[in-house]
Amino acid sequence: MIGSSSTRTFIAHAVLLLGILIVAFPIYYTFVASTHTLQTILRPPLPLLPGGEFWNNYSEALTGGVNRIGGVGVDVLLLNTTVMALGIAVGKICISILSAYAIVFFRFPLRMVFFWLIFITLMLPVEVRILPTYKVMVDLGLIDTYAGLIVPLIASATATLLFRQFFMTIPGELVEAARVDGAGPWRFFFDILLPLSRTNIAALFVILFIYGWTQYLWPLLVTNHNDMNTIVIALRKMVSFADADTQWHLVMVTAMLAIVPPILVVVAMQRWFVRGLVESEK
Amino acid sequence: MATVDLKDVKKVYAGGIEAVKGVSIAIPDKELCVLVGPSGCGKSTLLRMIAGLEAISSGTVSIDGKVVNEISPTDRDIAMVFQNYALYPHMKVYDNMAYGLRNRGTPKAEIDSRVRSTAKVLELDHLLDRRPRELSGGQRQRVAMGRAIVRNPKVFLFDEPLSNLDAKLRGQMRVEIKNLQRSLGVTSVYVTHDQLEAMTLADILVVMNAGLVEQMGAPLDIYEKPASTFVASFIGAPPMNLMALGRDGGQPHLADGAKLGVEPPAAATTLGFRPEDALVLPPDAKQGGFVLPAVVEAVEPVGAESFLHCAAAGSRILVRVSGRATAKPGDKLAVAANSDKIHWFDASGKRV
Repeated sequence: MIGSSSTRTFIAHAVLLLGILIVAFPIYYTFVASTHTLQTILRPPLPLLPGGEFWNNYSEALTGGVNRIGGVGVDVLLLNTTVMALGIAVGKICISILSAYAIVFFRFPLRMVFFWLIFITLMLPVEVRILPTYKVMVDLGLIDTYAGLIVPLIASATATLLFRQFFMTIPGELVEAARVDGAGPWRFFFDILLPLSRTNIAALFVILFIYGWTQYLWPLLVTNHNDMNTIVIALRKMVSFADADTQWHLVMVTAMLAIVPPILVVVAMQRWFVRGLVESEK
Repeated sequence: MATVDLKDVKKVYAGGIEAVKGVSIAIPDKELCVLVGPSGCGKSTLLRMIAGLEAISSGTVSIDGKVVNEISPTDRDIAMVFQNYALYPHMKVYDNMAYGLRNRGTPKAEIDSRVRSTAKVLELDHLLDRRPRELSGGQRQRVAMGRAIVRNPKVFLFDEPLSNLDAKLRGQMRVEIKNLQRSLGVTSVYVTHDQLEAMTLADILVVMNAGLVEQMGAPLDIYEKPASTFVASFIGAPPMNLMALGRDGGQPHLADGAKLGVEPPAAATTLGFRPEDALVLPPDAKQGGFVLPAVVEAVEPVGAESFLHCAAAGSRILVRVSGRATAKPGDKLAVAANSDKIHWFDASGKRV
């Protein structure tokens, strides 16, 4: 590396530590708040060390059914959000890897037209097409269903482009070797392309899972019943009730619980994630 | 096992570019045919058409007497060794070799015995659990060969398989390929741009240029009787010395006006002789026949032989002498060649 002298190492570590502090302190503070009673939180200053209400607060949030969000426990919210995030991540990967496969390895009429159509949808965020999408979902009777939460968010130009770029780096000889070896299109896809794309898939999965997990506008529109809410929606609902005291200790618990699954996904897939972004295994 | 017949095969690409302009080659059973030529001569395209990786614009390719124009590569019963090996990076050596057999529904036990016996022949048996990235270039090359051999196909196709190896390994693998091909007795087509590989491997040598066959035959026949100036300068290393003839006043002479000392055929406009056929004489040698006074410009000692770069009769010529050369740059000497070692070519470059 560039810096090998001790001063440089020191500076590099100082900057990193400062970065970690900036990122981690608010999370730590949220955690601290989630272990105090509501009274302690409302009476500033908030202590810097965790309090003794950890079990009470967390069990109340997970099982008690929080009044503010219509008697739905955080466990249901977590389940909803997990299903949605997984559905979006897996669905996006399936669709985009298949479309990229078609565009890179097959010659068919209007191939480039389709490519550009996909490319152009990059410029259309969910918000732009939200009204027609909502109408379609209503007509299909998909309001308040997992399908309604997942399907409209599944198509992904970004992931398609990422897979396309990766597929273009696969040498033509490999494709030909597989053809000579008797692998048809499906065989080639499953035996060769998919294993080679592992790291890319892992990296995309992490990104897309978090994308799905933090979705706000669409779940807000498409869910009416409280028991179909995602955790992000519920969090907002808990806070914005003006006519009663916000249950800050439970809000903090919910916030903590909301960030745990994405962290788990990132930590579990970190090695793959970095590899997928850095190298294309060949 | 199989013959390969090409009849007037052409390849025209979408922009009207003709890569192969009508090639007919008949390869007898068990023989190794080498396609050699400079890059862009259409040799690789031709090989890929035999493999079925490239559509045939016109003409027919037959394997074992059966026209295969419309048959997919999978069903042609061929195996191909690629320039960059094209091993499946995520599969172990064993699986790389077994993949083609599995796709054809070969029973597991048979796959296992075939892969293991092939690995033994190629001395890969201790590497079966490795992945391609853990292998050296030569070992990858062997795996690529193994993947072809294990299938026991009718025809082997080699697309410049040795061009990524270092010179020493290349020499070794060349011998190995030849031995394997001979012992397995599989009809093979081998593409290379390396004339040494071409000469040593071929049963039938096909020299290609600009989409056409320049000459076809046994390697030594081609070496001894090149059909054109192109073949003369392509086959043999270093290449043949070619000197233009002038003819004003009826008397043939060289570029600087020097007399030839031999009588060329009427149509000849180019004279050629190989560096290894040239004789070095003292500058004042009184000898009949083809003798040119020359001045040494550079000496390249290689060890077992030396090459003298000389200026003679207005052109540059190369002379090979065995052992160490005593000549130094600036020395005057005479270069001669026996008349039966002189090749004559006409204005269109054809042999006379």
